[in-house]
This record gives sequence, C-alpha cells and structure tokens, in this order.
Amino acid sequence: MTEQTLLSARGLTLHFGNIPALVDVDADLWPGEVLAVVGESGSGKTTLLNVLSGRMRADAGVVWYRDPAQRLHDVHAMPAPALRALHRSDWGFVHQNPRDNLRMSVSAGGNVGERLMAQGQRHYGRIRTQAIDWLQQVEIDAGRVDDMPRTFSGGMLQRLQIARTLVTHPRLVFMDEPTGGLDVSVQARLLDLIRSLVARLDIAVVLVTHDLAVARLLAHRIMVMQRGVVVESGLTDQVLDDPQHEYTQLLVSSVLQA
Amino acid sequence: MAYVAVKGGERAIDNAHAWLAEDRRGNPAVPEISLAQVQEQLGRAVDRVMAEGALYDPQLAALAVKQAQGDIIEAAFLLRAYRTTLPRFGYSAPLDTAAMLIRRRISAVYKDLPGGQVLGPTYDYTHRLLDFMLAAEGAGPPPAEMDPVDTATMPRVSDILRHEDLIEGDGNPDPGEEPGDLTRDPLAFPAGRDVRLQALARGDEGFLLAMGYSTQRGWGGSHPFVGEIRVGEVAVEIVPPELGFTIDIGCVTLTECQMVNQFKGSKTQPPQFTRGYGLTFGHAERKAMGMALVDRAMRAEEFGEEVSAPAQNIEFVLYHSDNIEGTGFVEHLKLPHYVDFQSELETIRRMRREAEANIAAAKQASTPAAQREAHTTPAAQRETHTTPAAQREAQTTVAAQRDAPTLRDAAQ
Amino acid sequence: MNGYNFAYLDEQTKRMIRRALLKAVAIPGHQVPFGSREMPLPYGWGTGGIQVTASVLGAGDTLKVIDQGADDTTNAVSIRRFFARTAGVATTTDTEQATIIQTRHRIPEKPLRDDQIIVYQVPQPEPLSKLEPSRAETRRMHALAEYGSMHVRLYEDITRFGHVAISYDYPVMVNHRYLMAPSPIPAFDNPKMHMMPALQLFGAGREKRIYAIPPYTDVRSLDFDDHPFRTTRAPHACALCGADDSYLDEVVTDDAGGRMFVCSDTDHCETRQSDGHKGEQSP
Repeated sequence: MTEQTLLSARGLTLHFGNIPALVDVDADLWPGEVLAVVGESGSGKTTLLNVLSGRMRADAGVVWYRDPAQRLHDVHAMPAPALRALHRSDWGFVHQNPRDNLRMSVSAGGNVGERLMAQGQRHYGRIRTQAIDWLQQVEIDAGRVDDMPRTFSGGMLQRLQIARTLVTHPRLVFMDEPTGGLDVSVQARLLDLIRSLVARLDIAVVLVTHDLAVARLLAHRIMVMQRGVVVESGLTDQVLDDPQHEYTQLLVSSVLQA
Repeated sequence: MAYVAVKGGERAIDNAHAWLAEDRRGNPAVPEISLAQVQEQLGRAVDRVMAEGALYDPQLAALAVKQAQGDIIEAAFLLRAYRTTLPRFGYSAPLDTAAMLIRRRISAVYKDLPGGQVLGPTYDYTHRLLDFMLAAEGAGPPPAEMDPVDTATMPRVSDILRHEDLIEGDGNPDPGEEPGDLTRDPLAFPAGRDVRLQALARGDEGFLLAMGYSTQRGWGGSHPFVGEIRVGEVAVEIVPPELGFTIDIGCVTLTECQMVNQFKGSKTQPPQFTRGYGLTFGHAERKAMGMALVDRAMRAEEFGEEVSAPAQNIEFVLYHSDNIEGTGFVEHLKLPHYVDFQSELETIRRMRREAEANIAAAKQASTPAAQREAHTTPAAQRETHTTPAAQREAQTTVAAQRDAPTLRDAAQ
Repeated sequence: MNGYNFAYLDEQTKRMIRRALLKAVAIPGHQVPFGSREMPLPYGWGTGGIQVTASVLGAGDTLKVIDQGADDTTNAVSIRRFFARTAGVATTTDTEQATIIQTRHRIPEKPLRDDQIIVYQVPQPEPLSKLEPSRAETRRMHALAEYGSMHVRLYEDITRFGHVAISYDYPVMVNHRYLMAPSPIPAFDNPKMHMMPALQLFGAGREKRIYAIPPYTDVRSLDFDDHPFRTTRAPHACALCGADDSYLDEVVTDDAGGRMFVCSDTDHCETRQSDGHKGEQSP
C-alpha cells in the first residue's frame, strides 16, 4: 500500500451466483482527489462503491482506510459500531436518490443538523446557525431552513443531502450517480457546486457515474470498468482524450455521437 | 391485614361485578346454559378458545366461553391466565400427524390420492341458508353414513411429493437443538421459524385470515395450493424418566394445513415447491390455512424474495398476532389518563397564548412605521440569531412566521 | 386465595423476574427482556408492574398502589385487592408508611426514602418507538448509543413551537448512557427521578421489558443548552389544601366553564389538610 493514500483496495472479487461483479479490482484514493468510476450498468461500479464503503462484503480482497491519526483500518474487519461511527463523521455517502438519505418529515435544518446532534452538539441556536450556513453553501435559500423536504424540488433535495453529508467535514465522500435523474440544467448547477465544495473543503471523493461528462468535469483520475474488470485507469483527461482500451474507446466515441 | 381505604371506587367496582353477573345469566326464567351444552354444541367456539388460549382442555374452554358470555377473546384470555398458574412437568414427543385418526382429509392438488378425499363434517358445501328447523329443539338429526377410514393407506401429500423430491423437506433441524419457547422467553429478532410458528399457532384467527388474504390479493404472495388439510385425533406421548419408554397420555384434536407454494431453485439446485404450514387445536380450517399462508409469507427473505408486504414483515406480524396483548393495550385506553391529558391541556393552552400574542404582535409590526423601525429583514434576523436575547426573539419569530403570513409577505 | 402461591406467581417465575431485575439495576436505564406471564389482569393494565411487585414483595412489606396519583381510582383499587388477596400483605394509602409503591403515571409528591421501592407501570418501554417502529433497529441504536434521532425530534419541536412539546413520558438519559422512557408520568415529575434515594423499578408486561434506576443515579431530561428542560403545571393552588407546588388535576364543576384544581396526589393533599393547610374551597 502506497504511503499517504486515504483509501486502498487490493484484489476485490465478488460474484453474484455466476455473474462477476468484481474481478480482482485494485483502487487507490489520495486525500483531496476525486476518483471517478465509470462504466455502463452491470459494469460493477456501484458494487465497487458499496464494497469500498463497507456496505457490502467481497468474496476476496481487502480495503484499507487511513484515519486522521494515520492509523490503517481494514474496513471489513472493523466492528460494526466503529464503521457506523465512521459513516457519521469522517465519511459521507451521497445517494443517487436523495430521499434515501433524508428524513422527509423533518425540516431542512433538522436534516442538516442531525449529524451534529449525533456527535453531541447540544446548543439549538448554534446547530441552527450551522445548518443555515450549510444551506447557503449549497445554494438553498436560508429561509427554507424550517421547511419540509417534501416541498423541495429534485435538485434542491440533492443539495440538501449534500449539506447533510458535509456538515461534519468528512474527509472522504462516496457518491453514487449524484446527478442521476435530474434535468440537464439542474445537473450543471449541481456539478459546479460539487466541484467548488470539494476543492474548497479538500474532500476526497469516489464518484460513480455512467456519464463521462460528469467524470471529466469533476474527477482528477478515472477508472473504467466493464463486467467487473477495471479495463483502464489514469488521469481523467488522458484517458478520455486518448483511450487505449477498446471498451473505453467505445464509451468515448458514443458520447461524442450523442 | 391492615386497613384498606374503601372509597367510591371500590364500591363501584363491586357493583359493576354484580351487574355483570346478572347480565351474564340473562333472564332467570330461561334455563342456565350448561358446560356440557357449550362443549358439545358450540364446539367451534371451544376449539378457538383452546387455540388462542394456548391450552388444550375442552371443559375449561367451555367454562371460559360461558364465563365470557361468548366473547371468544375474553374467553381465551381467561384460559391463558389460568395456564400461567399450571406447573409444567414435561414435554411430549413431537406429534405424528401422519398417524392421525382422520375425520376429514382433503387435497386440492390431486383429484384422487391414496386414502381418497374424505369430506368429513364440513360447512364447505352447505348452502348458507338459515335453518329454521334448528330454532325448534327436539328431534336430533338422522345419523350420517360413514365408511370406516383406513389411516394406514393415507399418506401425507407432502410425503407423496417428497418421493419425487418435488417439495422441500422438513428442514434439517439439529437433533440436539431445543425449539424456542415463547411462553418462557420473550420474542427476540431475528426470530427462527420455530418461534414464528408458535406465535402463529396462538395468534388471532381474524388477524391471520386478513394477513393471509392480503397475500392472495397481491401484498406479497406465493401462488399457494392446499396440498392437504387433515382434521382428526392425534395421540400425545411422553417419556417419563422413571419408565424410560413412551406412553400414550391421551389425544388431542388437531387441524393441519400444508400449503404448496411457488417453487424455488438455483443453478446448482433443481427447483422444488416451497411450503407453508398451519397447525391448530380443534377443528379450525380457516385458522390453519391463514397460518400457513402467513408462515410462507414470512419466509420471503429466506427465499431471496423481495420483502415488501405487511404479511412478509416478521416483526409486524408477530408483534400484532396475539389478541390477548392487543386487546389489553387497545382497551387500556379506557383507563384514566387524565394526568397526562392535564399536561397536554396546559401545553396547548400555553401554545395558543403564545400564538395569539405573536399574531397580535405581527399585526402591529406590519404597519409601515413599525417596519421602518424594527429589524424585520431576514438578513438582519439571521445576524441576530446568536445572542440569547435575540434568540428568544428569533424563536418567537419562527413561530410567528408559521402563523403570521402578513409578516412574511410584507418582508418580501 | 386457595391454591395460589404467595403473590400469585410461582417461585420459578419470580426467580426469573428477579434475575432480570438484578441485570436491570446493574445497567441503569437498559431494557432487559423477560418472559412476561399472562396475569389475571389484561396486558396494558399493569401486568408488568404487578409482576415486578409480586417478585419483590415480602410478607413484611406494606404496599401502596396509586393510579393518576390517587389510591381510589378503579385500577389502583383492583390491583391493591389483587395483592391483598394473593399475598395477604398490609396495604396503605400513606406514602410514608409504604415500603413498596406501585404507581401508574405519577410519582408521589413526598420525597421517597432509601428503604422504599417504587414500581412503575410502563405501557411502552421503548423511548425511540415513535421514531423507529422496528425493535431490532432500536436495540442496535441503544447498543451504539445512537440517539441523534431523538434530539432531532426535540429540535423540530423547538423549530415549530419554540419549545419542546412533549408533556409526559418525556425521555431521559440515565447514568449518562441509556435513553429511557420514564413511563407516562407528567414532565413535571421527571426531576424527582434524579438522585432519588429509593430504588426505581419499571415493568412493561405486554412488551416484556424490565428496567431500573438504582438509588442516587443521575437522570436528566433531554434538552438543549439554550432550551433547558422546564416543568409545567397548572398555574393555580390546590383548592382543598392550598399547595402551589404540587401537580394538579382539573375538575370541571359545571357546564358553564366552572372548574377547580386539586392535588393529583390524594395522600399528599389529605396529609396537608390534616396538618391544617387550607385552600380556597376548603370546607
């Protein structure tokens, strides 16, 4: 394992029955960098995200995480409480469908403040101030702090989910198709937001997407997957401008035609 | 025994009990109903009380039915409470329903089968026409024609299907492992099938009927067929430690239902029919069938099926299947709750006072002169959030924003 | 009562319940599952409290039973009779004389002593039940001390109403570790649980859980630093004894809105009256 990586995976293998979801996958993530995992559906990219974040177990292989004290942890050997605590503090997970990660009958402020309360903050005024601050950072009008998410548009819900995830300043965020299902113009705005937040807060991101444009905009490095195998990886611009593997060439060319 | 204050409450209770006794007896000119009459002529009620009371004793169940004026759940409660006082001196061997003395045995999956379709005493083919002949007492019905039933040639349908390995087996329980005991240990999750079946066996018939029905209408569901229903007497055997061999201590009437459900297979395992199982005291087919449908529904996760319907939600089914628990908690709402209600009254009064004050203040503040003076812009409000005094104001502003549309409109 | 063991339950059952009680006392505020038995009173009507009392009751005890703070409400009468019949113990309405007090929905006004036991009847032992219906999940939440969702609930109340709107069964943190449901006592009574010299036992029969607060344990009602927990009571004095610091029942006297307020704790009120205190409507 290379020094200074935040997250490293070696030899991840997972089959669903006869279907290969992951075949001997390696991955590295450095602090503050965005790594995109791209491929069509069935490529294994979401499975990889789930295994890296400890939500799913692989049949073989290991995932290492380096904590702020520079200690290494085997993500799948961690006791459940420790993993859950990690997900609430140092780590974040942005779901494709924001409703999966929001309390729909709790106000926006309550949603954003929950992680703070879970960490022991007990001052209502300060929690609310922090929540308002984060709403503004994700470009939601502060006046909506007491509104229910039910009244929010799709794009706003996604931004609310991001605020709720970032409020504890995680060092590593997993994102699963964060712009999936949104209008093109809404996507563009959201991508800009994610890019500036990630850069400003120095967050490392593992980003799963089928959309090469998203990868190009956000990611420093890219991994291309096909049927569980990483067929190509490298710096985003290099891979997308000069694809070496046949499958990557296919992906890139189909985007150009679209 | 020390002095117990007898106030109005005690006398009221005594009088209530006396009136209940009168009510139960009804018109004294009408002959009192006897336990033998209940047991003989209201057998299905007795059976249900035994099943949900979780105690096999037709005479006690008949007494409970009489004492409860025919309220079956109240009667089951009586039996359960009595059950608590009984010492437990052993466990029977597993009952062998294959050796059942058959009264009724039918299968929907075969037109004919070894042993035949024995209709037995059933309501199934009756026309539901009120029979006014029954209103007059007197001459009993003519004796029914019955051929003797040879149980030796009456294999279970599940055994027939097992010959070809078409249906899953009874599982491979570890012989050393004891089944869970709901009457001793509280329900804990994940709950194994042994504990689930126990809970269903004593579960409310209406609830299981509704849950089973829901699976047939699309809320989860597994294409059920009635493999077999058998009703009859089964011997209860124990092995007393002093003797070291099995003795027969009596028999119980049971209804058993085997449902044959959607087959399941994989690349490595050829498909087999899956099963749902129902078993209940007495003659109670509706209960046994509902139980079998719900049993299979609760195995959804085991078979990799999507768990989405209420009948498939094990916690939901098991926590709400016991009507003794259910009626206790539902009916406890009749107990005095005025202390808590008093707290609610004080709270709502206070909130209404605050809301009315805010509306009045908002009306005042929305005049142009007041707006020029006060910091009513959202930005200014945000800035002043952090001081305690401003926070107090800000809290009422939050509430005011709820109740005072004029302020928000004016501020925009 | 012929044919029944002392206090109805057989000795094996009492032993099982006592073991659960010991576990509960060792882990303040933690819910211990127990094999609750069907009792001659319905679930929801105090079977948990009755089983706990039956297991700690001895021949030399003096038992007081109250419901809504009063000794003569019908259910308190019913339960007191049950123990009088099945245990033959001395019973009393005097809080000071009682060694065991079984209660539904109130803590007596008179501070309890370290030689007394108070047994609470609990309908819903799980404080997180309204936020999370699955018991499997709430078990995990308690094990991991994941109580964020409860604070979110309080946050929402403050946002909507300006203050926490929970007026009874107000959740408490016991011994800085376990979130606990104190049973539907009014929030007014919560402070009495903190550092109480008496042993506090909680029984939920239908839900099959026992929990406990040992004497002199830290018990704090959940709140925010800038919205501290506060108690509510009707802003009146008792019409019979003049007390202005006891929890009051509102009694409607006519259909024109007439009402009077009297102490909910009947023993407390009567004691004050016999000590010479008077209220507006004292005879």
